[in-house]
Amino acid sequence: MSRVRRAIQRIWPSLVAAGVVLAVWWVLSATGAVSARNLPSPATVAHKLAHRTASGKFPNAALHSLIRLAFGIAVAAALGTVLGVAMAASSFFRRSAGSLVAGLQAMPPIAWLPLAALWFGFNERAVVFVTILGAFPAIALATTAAARQVSPILVRAGRTLGARGWGLYRHVVIPAAIPGYLQGLRQGWVFAWRSLLAAEIIIRGGIGLGHALSKAGGHFDVASVLALMVVVFLVGIVIDVAFAALDRRVRARRGLVGG
Amino acid sequence: MTPEPARPLSVVPAPRSDRAKLSVRGVAKAFPNVRGGVSTALEDITFDVAPGEFICLLGPSGCGKSTVLNVLAGLEAPDRGEVLLDGHPVDGPGPDRALLFQDPALFPWMSVHANVEFALRMIGVPAEERRDRATEWLAKVHLSRFAEAQPHELSGGMKQRAALARALASRPSVLLADEPFGALDAQAREILQQEVQRVWAETGITLVFVTHNVREATLLADRVLLMSASPGTLLEEYRIVAPRPRRLEDALVARVVTDIHEQLDEEVRKVVARETGDPTDLA
Repeated sequence: MSRVRRAIQRIWPSLVAAGVVLAVWWVLSATGAVSARNLPSPATVAHKLAHRTASGKFPNAALHSLIRLAFGIAVAAALGTVLGVAMAASSFFRRSAGSLVAGLQAMPPIAWLPLAALWFGFNERAVVFVTILGAFPAIALATTAAARQVSPILVRAGRTLGARGWGLYRHVVIPAAIPGYLQGLRQGWVFAWRSLLAAEIIIRGGIGLGHALSKAGGHFDVASVLALMVVVFLVGIVIDVAFAALDRRVRARRGLVGG
Repeated sequence: MTPEPARPLSVVPAPRSDRAKLSVRGVAKAFPNVRGGVSTALEDITFDVAPGEFICLLGPSGCGKSTVLNVLAGLEAPDRGEVLLDGHPVDGPGPDRALLFQDPALFPWMSVHANVEFALRMIGVPAEERRDRATEWLAKVHLSRFAEAQPHELSGGMKQRAALARALASRPSVLLADEPFGALDAQAREILQQEVQRVWAETGITLVFVTHNVREATLLADRVLLMSASPGTLLEEYRIVAPRPRRLEDALVARVVTDIHEQLDEEVRKVVARETGDPTDLA
């Protein structure tokens, strides 16, 4: 009971915000301030959303995008973690490869798409390639930062308690760096999701939320465009909430958050 | 007031045993300072610690007490001189020397019990024995009820007791403590002082305890080594023969405290003069 109440307490401000946006939208379309051709009413969009969801079209598109996203993040996390640990362990590597990774991080991932299309063709491999490039620099940099910010006091304690070499990493440095690493993954997935959508929108013809968005746009189907944007928005919220819950759990266990 | 004896009874020369547990020989250490030069932290420190002896290193802040301890622990290498443990040179941290810091430094991702097991895991003690020994040590520091708690659920004094159990679970022969109770309130500090004395008496461990608290040093130690203001050298050794448990009201204890205070105050004045830029001290 109290758990349900706490959940309600946490999300009601978000519901209020969503309600306000919907209300403004409804007023704009109902009063004709914006023409129905440019802005269909919330009801029209909701109807489209329900219809396309029931027909399996949207779930199928979302599933395809999410599979690409999961694969892209898995590769980016593996690459980013190895690179991040190497940069934390070796100052030469940090100064050499690290500057490249920092440069990549500042570069819009979609700039890789033309090259990816030349290498792989206009297909989902190019999309996944861009997704990986979008996510791994953030994960690598966060991993390095997390490992380097491990409290020297804990490392000293570990050393005097007999941990050395790889054991010191395995039993002290890595577990101590987990909260910072999770933040890197959280950031990484956001970059991956953005890159994926951008790449899908540009590369036409496949199955996926981005492909569907650009197709609906090409058909001047504003209601579908808006309905798809709602799906993209909701997917983002769901994944972010899941990451936030994991993050909170890890921190609470270590006494890093109150409540 | 009773007149002071001309020579304090409590001061006797340090024993120069050939079978010292720890032997510090001419240790010197300097660190680079912010102005690009070097600051001498320690200058020619020499002393022995007998097996099972409880000594306190006492001195004004910044005198290099902690540096001495880090050198003993093997966390820092001296520029000159050497440290012998059972006659063998120390070159790095080892499971035979446990450390206790002001920060309990418990691993926050582990339960209290897992923390106490840590050193045993590192030296490859089988899981079952590890569990038993950790349980036993948690009982010794009265934390059995908190074995499965996370460190952040403990009070400051309880954390430090858990850290003590963790440091001693692997049965080291030397315990090095660096102002371990400095951050605790008076009550928790008193409990821990008793706990440390009890553990010391029960285990026969050799204890080197760094503090800037004269009363703490006098209550705890067999011998107090007083260090000078930076660069640190040994000024004086006080052998304290008062029986334990000691109380500050005991005549002998009170007199030693007064003696040490007098000398320490002089050293503190030197530090203050240097920090406030008294020209007479700028040689």
